[in-house]
Amino acid sequence: MSDTLSARTVAIAGAEDDEIEAYLARPEGEQDAASRGGVVVIHHMPGYDRATKEMVRRFAELGYDAICPNLYHREAPGAAPDDAAAVARAQGGVPDERLVGDVEGAAAYLRALDTSNGRVAAIGHCSGGRHAVLAACHLDLQAAVDCYGAFVTGEVPPERPITNLVDQLPNLSSPLLGLFGNDDVHPSIAEVDELEQILQGQGSAYEFHRYDDAGHAFFAVDRPSYRVAAANDGWERIAAFFVTHLA
Amino acid sequence: MCTYTTETAPMDGSAKGPGSAWFHVTDATVYFDHPVHALADHTLNIDLADPAKGPGARVALELSATSARDLVAAIEAALATVPQDLLT
Repeated sequence: MSDTLSARTVAIAGAEDDEIEAYLARPEGEQDAASRGGVVVIHHMPGYDRATKEMVRRFAELGYDAICPNLYHREAPGAAPDDAAAVARAQGGVPDERLVGDVEGAAAYLRALDTSNGRVAAIGHCSGGRHAVLAACHLDLQAAVDCYGAFVTGEVPPERPITNLVDQLPNLSSPLLGLFGNDDVHPSIAEVDELEQILQGQGSAYEFHRYDDAGHAFFAVDRPSYRVAAANDGWERIAAFFVTHLA
Repeated sequence: MCTYTTETAPMDGSAKGPGSAWFHVTDATVYFDHPVHALADHTLNIDLADPAKGPGARVALELSATSARDLVAAIEAALATVPQDLLT
């Protein structure tokens, strides 16, 4: 397998057919048509940032066409990622319905590539973890990865502009890989337990891994929450999960 | 976790921001969530901005909870020392 890849900004059709920007990374080199899975990377609340784009390139290095839609493009086209995140936050954040539409557009973009085998996953961290589950409850996806997404289950305090996803989980369309830190508070161990019980009860395919000595954001290499053992194992679990479900 | 909660307040003042240029501040956004730069899991974040001038017209603060409370106390203390007739 070649480690040569290309990455660039593209325009895609998001929710309501709005044109939004997205970051696309693809393996390069000879490739049979219709041979490659796709990965939609959903960025976290701090935005369409360097760390998220590094993950997009990593998925291309793993052999997938990968894309990250800029969820804040409408609020702040062309702005620095942190400024765009600030504007989006001040305006109330990303509505769930719009998120689903943007992921749908990103998945359609991947499936339209001549290399696509039609199989697409969604992955996200933190708020993106909740978004990945949300997308998998509404879209035709072949895999979803929730990295410590809060408020998938559990009680959401009334002042929060979101809901949990408990009433939507019966519509989960894909196998779910969940990666969680046992020191995390949101999602807590009890909230992860609740999610696992729901998935068991409805017969959904899932795979959870829970890490000691890890809390929230243990994948984030530029934050003090980074935990190398959990992150390394988590990346291996993600790679294996995608081999199983995107081939 | 992302807290999702956000407080906002209209502002009337000025800030020195991008390019060392002063600009008029019309809005403040305050939230406790992941920082972009500070070495902490969560910080009290304040954006002082003029949205009419675009996303880049912003001065951003990321403070520890203790620092944020100290800042609030310092602001209150500074205001308390001023004669009432100046506080309009």
